[in-house]
Amino acid sequence: MSNRLFVKGNEAVCMGAIAAGCRHYFGYPITPQNEIPEFMSRELPGAGGVFLQAESEVAAINMVLGASAAGARVMTSSSGPGISLKAEGISFMAGSELPAVIVNMMRGGPGLGGIDASQADYFQAVKGCGHGGYRLIVLAPYSVQELYDLAMTAFDLADRYLLPVMILGDAMIGQMKESLIPRSYDPPTDLPEKSWAVTGKQGRAQGNTVKSLYLADGALEAHNWKLHGRYQQIQQQQVRCETLGLEDAELLITAFGSAARIAKTAVEMARQSGLKVGMIRPITLFPFPEKIYRQATERCRRILCVELNNGQMVEDVRLSVDRQAEVRFYGRPGGTGSMPTPEELFKQLQKHYKD
Amino acid sequence: MSEDVFMAGFGGQGILLIGNLLGQAAVIADLNASFFPAYGPEKRGGAAMCSVIVSDREIASPVVGQPSTGLLLNQQALDKYYPQLRSGGLCIYNSSLGNARSCQRDDVRLLAVPANEIATEIGNVKLANMVMLGALLACKPMVAMDKVKEALEIIIPERNKRFVPANREALDRGYALGSKRVPL
Repeated sequence: MSNRLFVKGNEAVCMGAIAAGCRHYFGYPITPQNEIPEFMSRELPGAGGVFLQAESEVAAINMVLGASAAGARVMTSSSGPGISLKAEGISFMAGSELPAVIVNMMRGGPGLGGIDASQADYFQAVKGCGHGGYRLIVLAPYSVQELYDLAMTAFDLADRYLLPVMILGDAMIGQMKESLIPRSYDPPTDLPEKSWAVTGKQGRAQGNTVKSLYLADGALEAHNWKLHGRYQQIQQQQVRCETLGLEDAELLITAFGSAARIAKTAVEMARQSGLKVGMIRPITLFPFPEKIYRQATERCRRILCVELNNGQMVEDVRLSVDRQAEVRFYGRPGGTGSMPTPEELFKQLQKHYKD
Repeated sequence: MSEDVFMAGFGGQGILLIGNLLGQAAVIADLNASFFPAYGPEKRGGAAMCSVIVSDREIASPVVGQPSTGLLLNQQALDKYYPQLRSGGLCIYNSSLGNARSCQRDDVRLLAVPANEIATEIGNVKLANMVMLGALLACKPMVAMDKVKEALEIIIPERNKRFVPANREALDRGYALGSKRVPL
């Protein structure tokens, strides 16, 4: 038998994390990501790690902050309402330059929302859910395999750029089962040492301090410029994107995550019926693949953005495309029975192809 | 080869179990599979539904609008999903808990499987889901039966391993029925 497994997305992201050396998980339950804490509670103790269900999301993220400050690879997960509660801690981690991986299996709509697949938290993830104008690297896997692979990538990126990395999925990506080939983790050889970790004095005259408070004259501005420079570096170095049929496209479609899965079948249907449709699927939502959008729309002037919300990523698409390009939008904002079908998106493609 | 199936019935009938089983079997057979459960306040007695795709190519959308096959285990599922089936599709329904009086399309083939009766004969009405899956495999040979039986060992939790032989038998009974009555 081959080593192909048949697993849920929520399990795959944990398997990838543990393979990448994550040994600490702190969280609080919420649907549709409960298989993550369930899996971690089962697997981490046996792997020599720590699973702890905290008393709240606020407590969980601060435990993540602590473990990260001590140099551990640490993860938490939640859904939109819980991420809102974690926002303060995430901001403190961004300010303190602390790496971690945060999974958000999104819910639909504000407040309690709904548990069906939705992409309502694009703004929350990409524009900084907490205060202070920080950035997270945001990864948008669209398959079980990618959840596994990107969990490993997320830990490496977090350690390289010293910031929390968010993996953004939803009930489709988290709850569906697909085949998975669990590759072994190949650690990059050039990751910086965690010489900043708070591990006691260890012979040093002064122990390390992790903080986001800078009081000295000019110190905070220097710190903010440093963070800004790092975000720019990320934008130059870490764009990930999949493109399809851009060469001859007369119409482009763009979507991320679960919506991109449905869109991909719609593109196949369009191609079979003779419509030249191309596709752009950002895998990193920050950094956003601006250049790819600009170049593609220099050639093909019309792009349809499809999201499981009422229009969030479309704002970044508008900012990225060529000035003469026309950006159109189609969205379903989540809730039971609101999942668009490939046939539905195919109809949209036919409509926008014509006029 | 690419086949998609809607499986539906009420919670407790083991809809998600047979969806899972088919997907696992496909992966053992080195095919691609997606199993996408309807995820809501599903519970025993409520509605349960999943879509399964088995393909020798990469599967793009796990969401299916018009499935080519419906495996429908009660009247409610038959009423809801029969009209959604693709033209030229196949509807296998549990005639113990549903009747096809309202199923009047001439572009969809129908196969009635008295799954509860057969399962009761084997000794447990809960095996109706396996009877239905057996019938499906006879009509749509997307995965070999021996792979499905192999997958049982993975899907059935340890505490229920003693039920594996009965599940195998139920699969065989469904398969035999499906092979005999290949719907026109």
